[in-house]
Amino acid sequence: MEQLPVTIEMADVGFQYPSGRKVIEKIDFKLKAGDKIGLIGPNGSGKSTFLHLIMGLMKPTTGEIRLFGKPVKKEEDFQKSRRKIGLLFQHADDQLFSPTVLEDVAFGPLNLGYPPAEARAMALKTLENLELTGFEERVTYRLSGGEKKLVALATVLVMEPEVLLLDEPTTGLDEETIIRIIDILNQLEIGYVIVSHEYDFLARATRLIYSIHEGRIVFDGDSSKIHSHYHSHPAGTVPHRHAGQLPEQD
Amino acid sequence: MIAAETFASGESPMHRLDPRIKIISATVFAFTTALASSFPAMFAALGASLILIAVSGLGLRPVLIRLALVNGFILFFWLVLPLTVAGHPYMQIGPLTLTREGILLSAQITIKSNAILISMIALLATSSISTLGHALNRLKVPDKLVLLLLLTFRYIFVLEQEYQRLRRAIRIRGFTPGTNLHSYRTYAYVIGMLFVRAAARADRVHQAMLCRGFRGKFYSLRTFSLGTSDWLWAAAVGIMIISVGALEWSSYL
Repeated sequence: MEQLPVTIEMADVGFQYPSGRKVIEKIDFKLKAGDKIGLIGPNGSGKSTFLHLIMGLMKPTTGEIRLFGKPVKKEEDFQKSRRKIGLLFQHADDQLFSPTVLEDVAFGPLNLGYPPAEARAMALKTLENLELTGFEERVTYRLSGGEKKLVALATVLVMEPEVLLLDEPTTGLDEETIIRIIDILNQLEIGYVIVSHEYDFLARATRLIYSIHEGRIVFDGDSSKIHSHYHSHPAGTVPHRHAGQLPEQD
Repeated sequence: MIAAETFASGESPMHRLDPRIKIISATVFAFTTALASSFPAMFAALGASLILIAVSGLGLRPVLIRLALVNGFILFFWLVLPLTVAGHPYMQIGPLTLTREGILLSAQITIKSNAILISMIALLATSSISTLGHALNRLKVPDKLVLLLLLTFRYIFVLEQEYQRLRRAIRIRGFTPGTNLHSYRTYAYVIGMLFVRAAARADRVHQAMLCRGFRGKFYSLRTFSLGTSDWLWAAAVGIMIISVGALEWSSYL
């Protein structure tokens, strides 16, 4: 196997609030370029905190984070890495703040220093890629939940990130939108980490699945081979294999 | 749901006018009118505002409804000022004395506020908030203020939805407002929760902006250009303002 560059690396990372509540106990994590990783865990297991630590929105209390091979500690370090890592927030309303869709999608490129004409072209191209042509002048707060999510994804993808982080991307969405998101994700060449508590979604959108529990990350397995169990069929609670799958490997 | 930007769509000359000219005109007009104290000047201002609203082609009814809101407030001045402002007695109603000065002051307030409000509707309400925000940005208004305006407008709807959610939540559990401590406490909780949620949301929005490279500088996609008709309208409103000023000046001579 060829050695791909490591984009995200966390060593012994821990996080606790000033109040003393420990959310992340100790995380060691590596994401190589192009890796598609799912992170599953119950509510309150530190999933969102994990993503916010990578973005530098929260600073780890212990351990070290390295992004694209360089240690990141200060706000300035994170400002540089944020250009290359896109985070899709759990609630699209937090992400879409501009009056119109086009302005919101162009916000990132404008911040990166692209002239308005170019930022507009990039935004239009991204909307087209996500089959959102015609949404440019729509008012963001009047979009439906699914449309908001797709536009929010556009606002992240337009910045051409090298890694994508998605925080519970399916919350409150109908099946049709979820399938659209899975299609979009599967076509992406860049690596990503999806945090979710829906195993079935992760199995369709990622290759490797880890679980996070009480602030620690455990490797669960290759999503095409095994799975251990959050979904709801009769055998869900006992270890089992699905037909046509390779035996579990230790 | 809050009805917003009801006047912003349209094809009248007022809608097409460059928003920068609209903002400057409305500001100067409002100040001139507010500072005027002679009746000819005030009436001229009212007349000018009526011309502008006529050009804007907005429906009479919605404009009147909006004016009624403000004039309902002004009614209180009419109830209080003629009785409280010292001056020459004008009329005696039982034990109450209405003063000439009080009545004139009430009339001034009424004419001026209506003139300013009408001109604001004609000039500013005919643009969307986002257009005005970008125009303010072009007029070198500090980024922070423009962002404050745009974000307030964007999230007022989200907060309203949040308020409606909270309201539904208390109503489905049988809450009926009354004049008692329980009602007051419930309302205090709702308002408190609304503030807490607004603050938490503000944090998340800020984080989302940081993730997309925001560093406090606000960039705009839009470009504005001034055409002949923009300059003509600027000149027309300029003449109106100068007329109001001249009438006010002549009252001192």
